[in-house]
Amino acid sequence: MEEQEEIFTLADQIMANEGQYLDICRGKLLSTLFYEPSTRTRFSFEAAMLRLGGQVVGFSEPNSSSVSKGESIADTIRTVGCYADIAVIRHPKEGAPKLASKNANIPVINAGDGGHQHPTQTLTDLLTIRSLKKSINHQVIGLCGDLKFGRTAHSLVKALNKYENIRFIFISPIELTIPEYILEDLDPGSYTLTDNLDEVIDQLDILYMTRIQKERFFNEEEYLRLKGYYILTKDKLATAKEDMIVMHPLPRVDEICSDVDDDPRAVYFKQAKFGMYVRMALILKLLGGA
Amino acid sequence: MLEITGIHRGIVIDHIKAGLGYKIFKELKLQDVAYPTALIRNVHSNKLGKKDLIKIDNVIDLNLNVLGLIDPNLTITIIENGQVIEKKQIKLPETVVGILSCKNPRCITTTEHNVDTTFHLVNPQTKEYRCEFCNTRAKL
Repeated sequence: MEEQEEIFTLADQIMANEGQYLDICRGKLLSTLFYEPSTRTRFSFEAAMLRLGGQVVGFSEPNSSSVSKGESIADTIRTVGCYADIAVIRHPKEGAPKLASKNANIPVINAGDGGHQHPTQTLTDLLTIRSLKKSINHQVIGLCGDLKFGRTAHSLVKALNKYENIRFIFISPIELTIPEYILEDLDPGSYTLTDNLDEVIDQLDILYMTRIQKERFFNEEEYLRLKGYYILTKDKLATAKEDMIVMHPLPRVDEICSDVDDDPRAVYFKQAKFGMYVRMALILKLLGGA
Repeated sequence: MLEITGIHRGIVIDHIKAGLGYKIFKELKLQDVAYPTALIRNVHSNKLGKKDLIKIDNVIDLNLNVLGLIDPNLTITIIENGQVIEKKQIKLPETVVGILSCKNPRCITTTEHNVDTTFHLVNPQTKEYRCEFCNTRAKL
């Protein structure tokens, strides 16, 4: 928590005075190891490093690297550690970044591992809440959509659980309900499960929408059946609080209608910008520059 | 009834759940040793109905962690000069490396070579472990 707060404070400082940080990572190299495609997260990390004056090398899909020749993660990260000062890894298999960090001699950042976790998205989300709601404590948050495979939701719940007086409302179809191992860490009185967004939207301080992700399904039919189960429209927002914020880790497909974008409560594009700043803060902190 | 003579100096592993005795026998590599050993299967037990039992006519180092994983309810008795000198309590190990495998098909340990699986005990009562890599629970 203390470390997290240091990152947020540093992000605040960067946002307030970006010019001071333009050259702070000059001569440092970030390696981006993306074993599955992710334009958004990769751009965010690359933009973060470049805005700090550092440079970036890496691959954006494994077919263009030695990974396609069957190299192990352990060997890849040991080799990368010879060239780069810090690495970012995204991998479809759960726990891959943990494995990389156990074999690395440089800091390794998890940029998402399968349906497991996505901690820098969580930092992004927390910074967004902290900045726009003025406090992370005392919030009612509704997480909506794919809560089974949605790693952003898993990481966010875990992180928010450390704050004071947080109430979770998990809104999902039964097939995509939040995993037991996440629930067992929560106080049973701090959460409710529902499949009906309309019934709970008026209680929320934060609505966190997630995408039903095709790549997490083994079965195409199942994906098609559940896709679009929850679609947020301007009409649905009618009963929501005036100061509620609608967040989304992006990219969205059709779970938020474009007519919601102009609503002042829609903050998902601001959230993406907070993501870059929090990654700048994280890189800087891990490189010892803060 | 089959009779196996008592041992003068050695170890008795008792109250093994019927069917697990052979696994423990193999785990301890007792099939390769030169001293007398006995694996007795399906012995009547008031407590368990049936149980397995292992007698080892030698005092050897036992990896209690491994035995605890196979059957945390077994008992170990150390015998010297024909007398019981110690009864050992089995405890589930806090961390298990390289023994359990992760049931989550999405876990990196299912595809990456040369990775020791690592599990941490989360609930001794329910005998539940959690994979260090993907957090998936494993129940013994």
